[in-house]
Amino acid sequence: MSNSILESESASGNNTADNTADDTVTNPAGSEPATTVMSMQQALNRALDEVLAENPKAVIFGEDCGRLGGVFRITDGLQARHGAQRVFDTPLAESGILGMSVGLAMAGFHPIPEVQFDGFAYPAINQIVCQIARMNYRSRGTMPMPITLRVPSFGGIRAPEHHGESLEALFAHVPGLKVVSPSNPHEAYHLLKYAATRPDPVIFMEPKSRYWQKGEVDTARHDADGGSPTGAKVMREGRHLTLVAWGAMVARCLQVAELAAEDGIDIEVLDLRWLKPIDAEALAASVRKTRRAVVVHEAPLTSGLGAEVAQLITQSCFDTLRAPVERVTGFDVPYPSGDLEDEYIPNIDRILFGIQRVLEYKRG
Amino acid sequence: MDTLLPVASGSAAGPLTADELRELYSLMVAVRHLDTSAIAWQRQGIIPGYAPELGQEAAQVGSGYAVDTTRDFVFPTYREMGVARTMGVDMVAYMSTHKATWHGGLYNPMESRLAPIQAVVAGSVLHAVGWAHGQTLDKKDGVALTYFGDGASSQGDVHEAMNFAAVMKAPVVFFVQNNGWAISVPTERQVAGGSVAARAAGYGMPAQKIDGDDVVAVLEATRRAFAHARSGNGPVLIEAMTYRRGPHSTSDDPGRYRSLDEERDGAGTDPLERLRQRLLADGIADEAFFAEALAAAKAEEEQIRTGIQALGSRPGTEMFDLVFQETTPALQAQAANWREESEHV
Repeated sequence: MSNSILESESASGNNTADNTADDTVTNPAGSEPATTVMSMQQALNRALDEVLAENPKAVIFGEDCGRLGGVFRITDGLQARHGAQRVFDTPLAESGILGMSVGLAMAGFHPIPEVQFDGFAYPAINQIVCQIARMNYRSRGTMPMPITLRVPSFGGIRAPEHHGESLEALFAHVPGLKVVSPSNPHEAYHLLKYAATRPDPVIFMEPKSRYWQKGEVDTARHDADGGSPTGAKVMREGRHLTLVAWGAMVARCLQVAELAAEDGIDIEVLDLRWLKPIDAEALAASVRKTRRAVVVHEAPLTSGLGAEVAQLITQSCFDTLRAPVERVTGFDVPYPSGDLEDEYIPNIDRILFGIQRVLEYKRG
Repeated sequence: MDTLLPVASGSAAGPLTADELRELYSLMVAVRHLDTSAIAWQRQGIIPGYAPELGQEAAQVGSGYAVDTTRDFVFPTYREMGVARTMGVDMVAYMSTHKATWHGGLYNPMESRLAPIQAVVAGSVLHAVGWAHGQTLDKKDGVALTYFGDGASSQGDVHEAMNFAAVMKAPVVFFVQNNGWAISVPTERQVAGGSVAARAAGYGMPAQKIDGDDVVAVLEATRRAFAHARSGNGPVLIEAMTYRRGPHSTSDDPGRYRSLDEERDGAGTDPLERLRQRLLADGIADEAFFAEALAAAKAEEEQIRTGIQALGSRPGTEMFDLVFQETTPALQAQAANWREESEHV
């Protein structure tokens, strides 16, 4: 079954919409377009386009971001529209890109740098951890770092080494950084627009395996229930167990929930969205109701963010929990080659086994 | 010494006036006296540690004197007290970093035009490039002056910074104080290729290796470099050859890696004494002036010491409040716990 996960996922879930880009779905009132169907790549591109238009101090830069539009085309057309001063290519050096961001922020800009792939954030760790994360603190709040670092993240695209890393726990551990990851085009559009207008550094982790999946984007409204843009979001309500996930794992968990429903198991899927700060209240609210939780992430198990999530749930729901919080994650191994990545990334079977362990747990 | 830096026409100001020369001397005496006093403060338990700059007064005062604080911005390391003093930074606020009051210092970096004190070797060199590129984007004429040493020149960030600045023609002055030592490692075991200045050629950047103990030479070279960068010609590198006459810090013991004879030979003539002899020879200053400058330096040091001794700890709430512009629930909860469980409230 594991061999077919990627294929089955790309043909199901929330991607059933018409494959034509920018199809506008008019709302029942027939007034303004309510939603537009677009890929996550298009949603991110549109968000950046609007950020550049709305904030003259916003600048986008990195390797191949300018003329090429980025290797994933997230910045496609932005240089032509906003000029080579606003969207520009840098030399190939990640520490340089991030160090330069600090100086631009000091000069009053809102830098939106790109690190081309997750694994290439490692050469910039010194600037991210020692400088970006601390400058507001070091300067006693006089030098804010409104830097939105876009990082194409996670695995699933059969890429070379260092192109499939999950760095959220590493970034979340650093005081002074905020971390967010969108799970679908709608979230990508809104979370990027939100992140790129914040006065603090935000690591924006884009699930690269979802770039080309389409979904409905309501550009006018982020959360229909008026939820906070800094909080988690219930993507599917359920009564028996909460699946907590982020990034590309959210769509997979929604698939799992559909399969489990066939067996009468009613699963709630919580998209954490913000990996720092984590919405502890949303976790508590969901698990108080379901009394069971499984955390799913691509990153390795040990000291992964699943441990933090499990602790937050235990703290708030210890008395009501029916079983220890389970973690279904990648393994404590270097991210494997494409041939083995389906064995590494949590697949539907492994998530179902995790659910089963929780449901069958007996005290004592 | 090498003079690879082309003199931009009409860029450098004329010869220094007598007033300027006397002011340079006063600044150097103030810096020397504060610097040597700070070591005494450490021995007396007033401050826990200090990184002295003894012997680098000419390099720091001369370069800092070229800064126009209405439009330029300076990116220091942890050993630029002389630059800060020359720029007119509040010295109690500056020295507070050595009192362990706040890492970056208590001065306002935006108003002072001096970035927070930087403990990461080569950490702020790239920041200067970003700030300078911001000047280009804003069509302003400010220049970024970034300091680093012979040790920092080994860091990859310095090379990335030079390449970025040169590719983008960013108005940056890279000011290297080659003081001969990176803690215990001498320059010959640190810098391949003869000099840091020689590396600039690889980035198509003009560079000048100067006598860093001659304050006039330092000021003139820095002014030329500023004029070059300000005119849109891109970055410049200055390597000021000087000598770290003291220890790396008050925790260091140079006796473990160099002899007193080596120190004497390497250090050469004291830069302060050199300027003094020059002013005397040129009839610009007399003994009365020197005595007056020293008295002023002593009064200033006393004022700063009193300020430092009066400086209390920052309230612990600042640990939490200054992390973000927009705080987080987790941080607020931790602050609340700290308040509840702390005896200091």
